[in-house]
Formats: sequence, structure tokens, C-alpha cells
Amino acid sequence: MTVVDSRGRRCPLPIIDLAKALPGVEVGGMIRVLADDPAAANDIPAWCRLKQQEYAGSPSPGVYEVRRLS
Amino acid sequence: MEADAYLDAASAAPLHPVARQALLAALEDGWADPDKLYTAGRRAQQLREAATATVASCLGVRPDEVTFWPSGTAAAHAAVLGGLAGRVRAGQTFVHSAIEHSAVLHAAARHGDAAEVGVDRLGRLDLDAWASAVTRPGVALAGLISASHEVGTVQPVAAAASLCGDVPLYVDAAQTVGHAPVPAGWSLLSASARKWGGPAGIGVLVVRKGTRWVSPHPGDDLHRPRAQGPLDLPAVVAAAASLRAVQAEAGTEGVRQSKLIGRIRSTVAATVPDVEIIGDPDDRLPHIVTFSCLYVDGEALLHALDRRGFAVSSGSSCTSSTLKPSHVLEAMGVLSHGNVRVSLHPGVSSADVDRFLAALPGIVAGLRAEAGL
Repeated sequence: MTVVDSRGRRCPLPIIDLAKALPGVEVGGMIRVLADDPAAANDIPAWCRLKQQEYAGSPSPGVYEVRRLS
Repeated sequence: MEADAYLDAASAAPLHPVARQALLAALEDGWADPDKLYTAGRRAQQLREAATATVASCLGVRPDEVTFWPSGTAAAHAAVLGGLAGRVRAGQTFVHSAIEHSAVLHAAARHGDAAEVGVDRLGRLDLDAWASAVTRPGVALAGLISASHEVGTVQPVAAAASLCGDVPLYVDAAQTVGHAPVPAGWSLLSASARKWGGPAGIGVLVVRKGTRWVSPHPGDDLHRPRAQGPLDLPAVVAAAASLRAVQAEAGTEGVRQSKLIGRIRSTVAATVPDVEIIGDPDDRLPHIVTFSCLYVDGEALLHALDRRGFAVSSGSSCTSSTLKPSHVLEAMGVLSHGNVRVSLHPGVSSADVDRFLAALPGIVAGLRAEAGL
């Protein structure tokens, strides 16, 4: 799994990090984003919806998983 | 040089010319204590009664149901805390939507026992969840904003009221009064003069007859419930006069502003890539639109627009003192960064909107380029 460490970075930087990591992941692959900005919990699922990727949930606080669909 | 465009009327509308005139006139006559029996006091009392009657007539209520407060926030606090205090025998719970103004949420937090009801992606109240929340035992008061102050989506007030049964409904109508009719069915209502072009520092509270309301503040020697301390009577007179003027223009202004908002919604969607236009496209206030630009810092966007002469508001976390995104955008599950709220008033021209729409795509592209996208 690709891990994007955006801890200490304020929104929208975690979302920018996620978008930049996406092309390096094969379709069907997972990206794990580590982000402690409170806006990430809202904006990562919203980004997935807008960019037609799958939000795979938050296994623990500050950790978000995204599956590349396209 | 290009003129500046003030596009944040939902925070504070510029003073309406009628408000300015009425304020100046009332400064002459409205300085005395309206509760005194001498001539100057009676003159002030007449002004207060006329202003109260004007606001009551604009809102379709009785004059003795209207009181003035030192701000919209104070009126909202008084509505929530006074409405709850009046119903202690029925229960403790305050049921409210997730998209109430923070003034209402702070009052709810002070009270402690609150139940939140969610909204859908367009920002509209979940009526099924509302129905089950307000019919639970122990509900003292229900609260619903008339239309979202952040995204403009109009709330189903009449339907929500019909589900409340014996529970009184408080409606925060700050963004609706002066712009559109307020639906019926509520027991308490608050509004803010600054939102319709009146002076800042005047809130309105309406408590309908038969609604139990107990002041959350220490009382005074007067027999009617009202805010503590003396009223800024000239400002009240200006608030009332401007509300009547604004309501008289609201039909034509509403159509004009709603068309401009529609143009902003469609043009931004077409000219700015990766943008989410937020809120109900049709069932919305005439003067408010909100959108979020992917990968853009809301604070940087606000400042870049300000440098070009456009004053807008933002619900992005970086623009808030708490560094948390707007609770309204979160409740809707929409993008919260790169957020801009544009809100119109009679002084915004079609040319102002055109200049904003022409400037925005380049500003957003520039900020994205700085971020390496």
C-alpha cells in the first residue's frame, strides 16, 4: 500500500498530496493518507466523490484509506 | 481603476439609504428613556411603538409579540435559552438541525441536552430523522434555520413545524427576513437587522402568543420581557424603516439577485475546473451561493480576491479561528477547502458579477500553479 504522510500539513495540502500520489498507484490499489488536520476527515471522502475514487474508510483517527478506481 | 465589489451581504449588508435617513432623524427624537412619562420620554416611546408595529406588520405578527435585542446573536440566544426555560416541565432536550448558526449551537451547548438532526448533500433537513427526534419524550424545543446562512438552501420549515406537535419550533430567520417570506408554523423567531440593510446591533425576537418563554437573563422593573438595559432606539427605528423598505423591494430585487446567483452557479461550474457548487440549485435564497475549489487554500483565495477588490466570505478551516472547517459544509459532506461564499445586496450590479466571474478562473489557476498542480 502507498502511504502518504501529510501529518503537520494543513488542508488543502493533504488532499494535494493524495492527488499527486494517485498516478503512482495501479487501478484497484490502495493509498493510505496520514493527516492530522481536522478538515481531512471531511475533505478526503469529498475528494473521492468528486474524483470518482473509492473512500475505503478511516481505520483509526488521522488515518484514511482510498482505493484507486480509475 | 476598477470599483470594488462587496459580496458578503450575508455577513453584513451595507446600510440601506432608508436606514441612514431614519437613523439621522431618530437621533433627534429617540435619545430619551422611552419608559419615562415626561414629553421627551413619550416622544421616544412613540418611536419605539411605531418601530415595533412596523416590524410586526412586516413579519405578520402582533406588536406585543416583538422585542428588540442588542444583536441577532443575542436574540438567537434568548430564543433558545428562553424557549427551553419556558418548557422545563415538558423536558430538557433541544432538537436542532446540524446546520444551525453557531449562535444557536453555542446556546445549545450551554444548555447541554441537545439532539442534532442531519441534512442531505444539498443541505436540506432530513425530515424523517427530524420527525423521530421531535416526537421523543422530553423534547422542550425544536430549532431550525429558515435557510442556510452558508449555502443558501431553503429549509422545509412548514413541514418541520407540522411534525413538531406540541413542541414549539424556533426559527432562526436571519438570512430570510427582508429577502423572502418566512413560512408559517413557528412559535419563536429571531432575525438580525444587519442582514437586511439595517444597522448592526439590532436583533429581533418574536415569541408568538401562547408560547411559554422565560427570560434567561435577570429581570428588571419592567413588565414586558425584553433585553437587559436600554435599547438603541434610533437604531431600532432605522432597522424597522429599512425592513419595510427592503420588503417592498424584495420581489423585484429577489428576482434580479436570484438570476445573478444562477449565473454565478453556472458560470463558475463551466469556467473553473474541479469546483463543487454547493447547495440546492433551485430551492435556495435569492442572494447566496457557495462553492469550493479543489486544491485551493480558502484563506489564500479570499485574500487574492480581496486584492482584486472582491470581498467574499469562506467556510474553509484556514479562515476560522478554530482551524476547523465549517460545521455546515461538514454536515453536508461537501468539500470544505477552497471555499467561497458570495452573497448579494441591492448595490451589487450585473457588471460587478461579470468582473468577479472574469477574475475568478485566473486567480484559482494561479493558486493551483503555486501549489504545484
